[in-house]
Amino acid sequence: MVSGYDVAAGTPDPELPLVTIGDLGILRDVEETGDGVVVTITPTYSGCPAMREITADLTGRLTSAGYHRVEIRTRLAPPWSSDWITADGRAKLRAGGIAPPGPAPTGPIRLTLGPRPAIACPRCGSTDTVSSAEFGATACKALHRCRACAEPFEAVKAI
Amino acid sequence: MDDNPYEELADEHGADARWAFGTGFTDPLAGIDTTVPGGVDADALAAYCLALGDDALIYSHRLQQWMTRLPELEEETAIANVALDLLGQARMLLARAGTILGRSEDELAFFRDEPEFRNVRLVERADADFGELVGRLLIFATWRLALFTRLRESADPVLAAIAAKGVNELAYHRDYAAQWVVRLGDGTELSHARMQAALQTSWPLVDELFAPHAGDLVPFGREEFDVVLDTVLATAGLTRPEVPPLAKVGGRAGRDGVHTEALGYVLAELQTVARAHPEATW
Repeated sequence: MVSGYDVAAGTPDPELPLVTIGDLGILRDVEETGDGVVVTITPTYSGCPAMREITADLTGRLTSAGYHRVEIRTRLAPPWSSDWITADGRAKLRAGGIAPPGPAPTGPIRLTLGPRPAIACPRCGSTDTVSSAEFGATACKALHRCRACAEPFEAVKAI
Repeated sequence: MDDNPYEELADEHGADARWAFGTGFTDPLAGIDTTVPGGVDADALAAYCLALGDDALIYSHRLQQWMTRLPELEEETAIANVALDLLGQARMLLARAGTILGRSEDELAFFRDEPEFRNVRLVERADADFGELVGRLLIFATWRLALFTRLRESADPVLAAIAAKGVNELAYHRDYAAQWVVRLGDGTELSHARMQAALQTSWPLVDELFAPHAGDLVPFGREEFDVVLDTVLATAGLTRPEVPPLAKVGGRAGRDGVHTEALGYVLAELQTVARAHPEATW
């Protein structure tokens, strides 16, 4: 018997389909209530347009799994952190050519005028990389370039 | 044949569908307890969330107007992301105000007139060039980040959660803008002169950001703002503009619903489709 948690956690992320919402830490809680299930998710960024897709996907998957009542709730606090991405999720990201994030910054928020710490290239592992853009094709990613293998790559931002 | 292109958008959808965000619209505060805690003045909280939501909504729209016009693809992506973050913040803040005022976020965004908007006047003008874009973004993000950092301790847990989420985003916006201000200020003679001129354009609207207002929920000074701006300007070889603040009108400014001419143009574009077909969905 697959649990409601497993069904929910296995939902692919609409913008990073190589990982699931369980891998990313977007799934916060699953509570089974008789013939129904209450699922709590959190957005990665305030304007994340994937929340609507995730809600629809969760409803579809859980309904197919036999749950008659599916309720999706949002939770804002504490805010999503890239530290919540699981070890498995990080391995999948790297295998897919996306560098997983380093530890999220802690303490007072500092102004960054220079380059951020170099991120290891997900293809060749070199840390001889440069940031090419602070923002990427989705809210959660930035663009980098590897000087060793000359490939551009995306990295999940550490927040 | 129907020659009104909007008619095709106005098809039948479920009751939860609204204009702004497409069919299958979701409440950004779905499942969140929006009870106003005891001891919190609900009217003041609503007014405050409305003001901060309006800042983000109007500024996001101005940033969206840059789409397809930025100098490089990377900057296009960056500004689209900043605008999206701010739109997300606006949605949650307007929704929070709406739970108290009994109005939906869409009603608040699309069916209020100019004097009912409570945004600061800084966010209204269209940028004349990329220097103005990054100069104003630096001012806006530095101010809003300092404010949101404090609002994480708000007595209203919903506002505190929205602020805590926004802090991570605004820190990225501030870094992005600061790095460009340094690059342009410390660049060529021409880029330096244009960056300095760009700051001059926004500076008269800085004081209004820190003006005490009846709805303020947290004590908030401008020390952090000044330290960050001075650091960036010194690194960029730029100087703090010495220009008087933009005068109030009869003692009133943006937070009182008195705006510059530019806001009307933003609202005309932002609201026209929703007003042409109220309650339509797409």
